[in-house]
Amino acid sequence: MHVPVEGFMYPNEIELQWSVLIVLYPFITGLVAGAFILASLERVFNVQAVKPTYRLALLTALAFLIVAPMPLQLHLGRPERSFEMYLTPHRTSAMAMFGFVYLWYLLGVLVVEIWLEYRRDIVELAQSSAGPKKWLYRALTLGSYNVSERALKIDDKVGWIITVIGIPSAFLLHGYVGFIFGSIKANPWWSTPLMPVVFLFSAMVSGISVVMLLYMLTCRLRKRPINMPCVDTIAMYLFYTFLIDFTLEMVDLIHRIYEADESFRSLDFMVHSKLYFSQIMLQIGFGTIVPLVLLAITQLVNLPEAIRKFAYSIAGVLTLIGIFAMRWNVVIGGQLFSKSFLGYTTYKMGFVTKEGLLPAIVLSILPFVILWVLVKVLPPWYEEARLAQAAHGD
Amino acid sequence: MSMTRRHFLLLTAVAAAAWDSIIAGTPEAASTYNMTDHWYGMLMNIEKCIGCGSCVRACQLENKVPDGYFRTWVERYHIEDWTVENPTVDSPDGGKNGFVELKETGGKNFFVPKLCNHCADSPCTQVCPVGATFHTPDGVVLVDGKYCLGCRYCIQACPYGCRFLNPATNTAEKCSLCYHRITKGLTTACCENCPTGARQLVDFKNPNDPIHEFLKTHSVQVLKPYMATKAKVYYYGLDGSVR
Repeated sequence: MHVPVEGFMYPNEIELQWSVLIVLYPFITGLVAGAFILASLERVFNVQAVKPTYRLALLTALAFLIVAPMPLQLHLGRPERSFEMYLTPHRTSAMAMFGFVYLWYLLGVLVVEIWLEYRRDIVELAQSSAGPKKWLYRALTLGSYNVSERALKIDDKVGWIITVIGIPSAFLLHGYVGFIFGSIKANPWWSTPLMPVVFLFSAMVSGISVVMLLYMLTCRLRKRPINMPCVDTIAMYLFYTFLIDFTLEMVDLIHRIYEADESFRSLDFMVHSKLYFSQIMLQIGFGTIVPLVLLAITQLVNLPEAIRKFAYSIAGVLTLIGIFAMRWNVVIGGQLFSKSFLGYTTYKMGFVTKEGLLPAIVLSILPFVILWVLVKVLPPWYEEARLAQAAHGD
Repeated sequence: MSMTRRHFLLLTAVAAAAWDSIIAGTPEAASTYNMTDHWYGMLMNIEKCIGCGSCVRACQLENKVPDGYFRTWVERYHIEDWTVENPTVDSPDGGKNGFVELKETGGKNFFVPKLCNHCADSPCTQVCPVGATFHTPDGVVLVDGKYCLGCRYCIQACPYGCRFLNPATNTAEKCSLCYHRITKGLTTACCENCPTGARQLVDFKNPNDPIHEFLKTHSVQVLKPYMATKAKVYYYGLDGSVR
């Protein structure tokens, strides 16, 4: 495959090593971490307004977390050896920690918290359903049918502790992804101690956006009214988190421009040419400034409900596009210039190839399919269900 | 002693079993090589390099390097005048077939042979998630192709662009300093085939190696010293424009 090169690249640099799948990986883990942190707002910080999204946020985090290692697995040259990372991890490698951070977050935090949260519902469903469903829920109870008030109180307490542990774990999960890039001194586009922090805040931004959008979408699909105080609160948190994220990114940018080290000319050229569309237009323009302005207006002006909903939807979608563009610019952008700072290469994405666009599209849709299954098995609309129960005098 | 049919059949079977060893040549003598007695590096004399590409060809033959990938390569630098920050550099096919002569426009031209720097503090070995790339006690950075996952983190971490993913094995690959040769007392394929002696394998632990005298009397540099990788490929006559 001929790859157009401008200037001089070291001969082994012409081909990009990390593809669109590696763009997808931090994007997906970011959604996981962000969704979990939104869920923890209700649980730990007692922000009651966001309660309607609590369970949905947890299930969203789980759906994306299940998919998170798939792009990595597909990307490996020798995927059959990936298990070696668990058996013989190299202690000095940040990447070697992936498996452990992932497993801890999946099995030590998320699954346990979801189980504790749903235990009462699972027991009720195990007793009320029939056929294969009954067996499924009976298995999910793990043999514990005790839903006495005391048991539920213990569940709640343990759940709280797990969420408290979960917050630094979510930070670790995504901060670690930033560290993977930020610690590569060979690459000035990546090498900054701000990278894990920027990754963290952008993760929160994307996670909050995706849960907000999913909540509004599921309300529409279920023909239920959207709880506006809830969405307003989420939008407020999105706005402030986004503001911090944007500030951090600008601090990094201004620092680079002012410092203007030996790599600057090369990187500056790249931003004005190869990355102009994805960085200036998509990431900063449409993906950050427009949603920030929209969200700022909703905070400052008392807009009617319909307009607020519309503004939140547009802001949410643009935010996700912007964060994806940010991941793209980091991963792909960091490989387009030569480490000699004398030339530039081109990323040619295949379509039906192992690391092409098609697997990337499939992996982007897969979390939503998993979420759909999870929502069917563990319906997150508990508030409404409990209210309905109360109305029937249960 | 006359050969009976029984003896003949017996000998034929033994000969058949030994045939593989016979065609493989004389069996190796027991190795007396002690890894801790050596500490390898390389010395490049820029003033002697003529850009013929013999080293690149020799390396590709010796190590079966796939086309389009390089364990070693040669770059040509062209600098007009005082603009050392803007050199014009080329390395067509890694300099494998030499270089087409440039039109005389003034300025200076020189060749820079490159390979893995076998850094003592190598970022590539640091990042490998399974330790498939490692330091040998004699100072060589190697890749265990049977263990590498093909994650390519090491390729990203190398500041010198020395690594690539071998498309045949889907594992990371780089210069091994012809480890299979140097541990038998031979030099590397690139050094052996350099017609001007611009590349020399050096053993810093060998007190009789001429490198010690050379270092006392000449100014040498490593590539990108600010990367603090303790690179062990030393360059004599290296211009400040070289990246």
